[in-house]
Amino acid sequence: MDSNIEALVAALPRVLDGVWITIQLTLGGAALAMVIAVIFGILARSSRTLVRGFARTVIEFFRGTSLVVQIFWFFFVLPQLGVELHPMAAGILALGLNYGAYAAEVVRGSINSVPTGQWEATTALSMTRAQRMRRVIFPQAWALMIPSLTNLLIHLLKGTAVVGTITITDLTFRLDSLQRDTNTFFAYGLGLVIYFVLAYILTLIMNALEVQAKHRLGRGESLKEALSLRSPDTGVEAGEAAKS
Amino acid sequence: MNEFWNWDLAFEALPRLLTSFLTVTLLVTVVSTAIAAVLGLVLAILRMSLPKPLAMILKFIIDFIRMTPIVVQLIFAYFAFTNITPLTIGIIIFGIHYATYMAEVYRAGIESVPKGQWEATTALSMSRTRTWVAVIIPQAVRATVPALGNYAISMFKETPFLLMIGVVEMVQAGLIFGGNNFKYIEAITLAGVIFLLASYPTSLLIGRLEKRLAFKH
Amino acid sequence: MPSNTDSPNGGNVPAIRFDDVEKRFGDTVVLDGLNFTVNKGDRVTLIGPSGSGKTTILRLVMTLEELSGGYIYIDGEPLSHDNVDGKRVELNEKHKNEIRKRIGMVFQQFNLFPNMTVMENIIEAPVHVLGMSKDDAKERARGLLQQVGLADKEDAHPLELSGGQQQRVAIARALAMDPEILLLDEVTSALDPEIVGEVLGILKHVADTTDITMLIVTHEMQFARDVSNRILMFDGGRIVEEGTPEEFFTHPKEQRTRDFLQAVVADPITGALPWQPGPATPTRDGDTL
Repeated sequence: MDSNIEALVAALPRVLDGVWITIQLTLGGAALAMVIAVIFGILARSSRTLVRGFARTVIEFFRGTSLVVQIFWFFFVLPQLGVELHPMAAGILALGLNYGAYAAEVVRGSINSVPTGQWEATTALSMTRAQRMRRVIFPQAWALMIPSLTNLLIHLLKGTAVVGTITITDLTFRLDSLQRDTNTFFAYGLGLVIYFVLAYILTLIMNALEVQAKHRLGRGESLKEALSLRSPDTGVEAGEAAKS
Repeated sequence: MNEFWNWDLAFEALPRLLTSFLTVTLLVTVVSTAIAAVLGLVLAILRMSLPKPLAMILKFIIDFIRMTPIVVQLIFAYFAFTNITPLTIGIIIFGIHYATYMAEVYRAGIESVPKGQWEATTALSMSRTRTWVAVIIPQAVRATVPALGNYAISMFKETPFLLMIGVVEMVQAGLIFGGNNFKYIEAITLAGVIFLLASYPTSLLIGRLEKRLAFKH
Repeated sequence: MPSNTDSPNGGNVPAIRFDDVEKRFGDTVVLDGLNFTVNKGDRVTLIGPSGSGKTTILRLVMTLEELSGGYIYIDGEPLSHDNVDGKRVELNEKHKNEIRKRIGMVFQQFNLFPNMTVMENIIEAPVHVLGMSKDDAKERARGLLQQVGLADKEDAHPLELSGGQQQRVAIARALAMDPEILLLDEVTSALDPEIVGEVLGILKHVADTTDITMLIVTHEMQFARDVSNRILMFDGGRIVEEGTPEEFFTHPKEQRTRDFLQAVVADPITGALPWQPGPATPTRDGDTL
């Protein structure tokens, strides 16, 4: 075990480098996915058949053709068509398009879940299409979509583990070399724990975003309140004040 | 050979892709889905009937498997169990990984069975096992069928992860073919098209099933 | 109430004119060849059994529903469709939005924006639609909040307010756009009985102190009687009877109107109407339309 620790200390810079690359892929992919999701989620609700059909085709295409196929397509096929992408760019592009297509469905569904009364009120106030979406509908849909987006974000993080196949030295790639200096259980056990911690941190961040989004809608406590240690007697005091 | 798309290569690649599609991709999807369906139910019932500390430990294990990459789990098992073939490892790991997803689905299904059903079985002095088998599970499982279908599709599209442990599934077959011919576009594009052609109609069917089930409730 | 406005289109242009309006949902005909006008400053209440198309009329004026046939004119200008050389053409969104700016609506379910505070709800459209400065809009909003008795709630979130308070904010929000026409769609139906009065009191005050044209759908017959100068009884998508509140409630001419009034307002035990039906006065020509 001691020799394992020594080997880990020696390998730590490389492992941490891998973790950093995994984080970059996750955040880069998520950012691209979110842009794609909002654009295509909104287009997929268009009343124009052509626009809606286009959005649906793109969404179904990137959902249906498998992440790994897309990664290889960007890495192996595009260069043969004369487009040379940095492996990281190919990875982020594939992750963003694939999970963005899934997230577009989430965005579309959440927008549809905003009560019709809200749309009607925006009409009654003569707001333009863009104003309605930006100022009234999307902020409300945002609170609804966060739980599903959290799920997708974790899937995206897990999906990054495949990029070793296109020469990216991510965390999973580094585990292989760590294994040679230690053993399988130590290296991959540690790797799984690191992924778990990353997923856990992402979940916490997303939960915080959800608390904040709900608070903005006047539901639930603010993030500050949720994080602070409340003195348990505030409620009692309020009750006392009401009585007197 | 420098053209954009070579039909001869495409036709040459197609049988190889379809062979590995049938012998690996579909095989893994079907068997692993079956494992996930059964094991997921077992996990869900255990979580709800084990004593609290054990249930907490089980929940942690389920979360741990659920929130870590299947790719790393595959490689881990591949090195840890050198006496098992990669294909079998793939089937088992996919089955276990998706069982943790299904456990959540079943749990929600079980929790949606009205409390009165449990109370009625108590009133009838039914045994715990009989309660689960005859009353709770039949009601809980019906609504989970679409979710199982959706997970099967998602698993189907994740089977290329198996190439990380040397299993020649469809995409790996495409890569090998592409590497041999110094041209990837035909094989990899075809692999994507096959995934799309198989998964899209299936997801439409599941969507319809989902609507019908929702309607009956 | 006389039409005493200084409209650019001349004094006698009605605020709202329904010209052969048709509305179908699928195969169901809700409105069929509806014709009537609402003059400027009029307070018209639409009553009738549910499903008679009253709410649809308000929603058509607000362009929340699409006309299946016919035309609606606001201030003499076509709202959503126009007759061009005998052809019925739909007008573009920009035109509709221009006309919409003159119309305000208060909904049964309030429909306040939960992602905004009370103040933000009220100044949203004045600032972003009318282009008012934020300070002016706020000042105006404070005045309106004062008027609806919620001056201390400007920073509250809608969901923290009671239903009655939310509806009062919704009234302030509609008034903040300074509408020429105000549509009130069963504004008290979602409220507990004991707070209906406070909301209706505010609307009565608005009616007394402004010359806003009002088109009202309500089940509160006392309110209809107090506020409106004309009552239209709807059934099956048609106007069955119309008249002043006085005539309408004391001497309904049609059997269907009498049945309806008996059903909605009479005391369930004694069968008595909540107001004194005065002695039958002979109807004079010109009293009704």
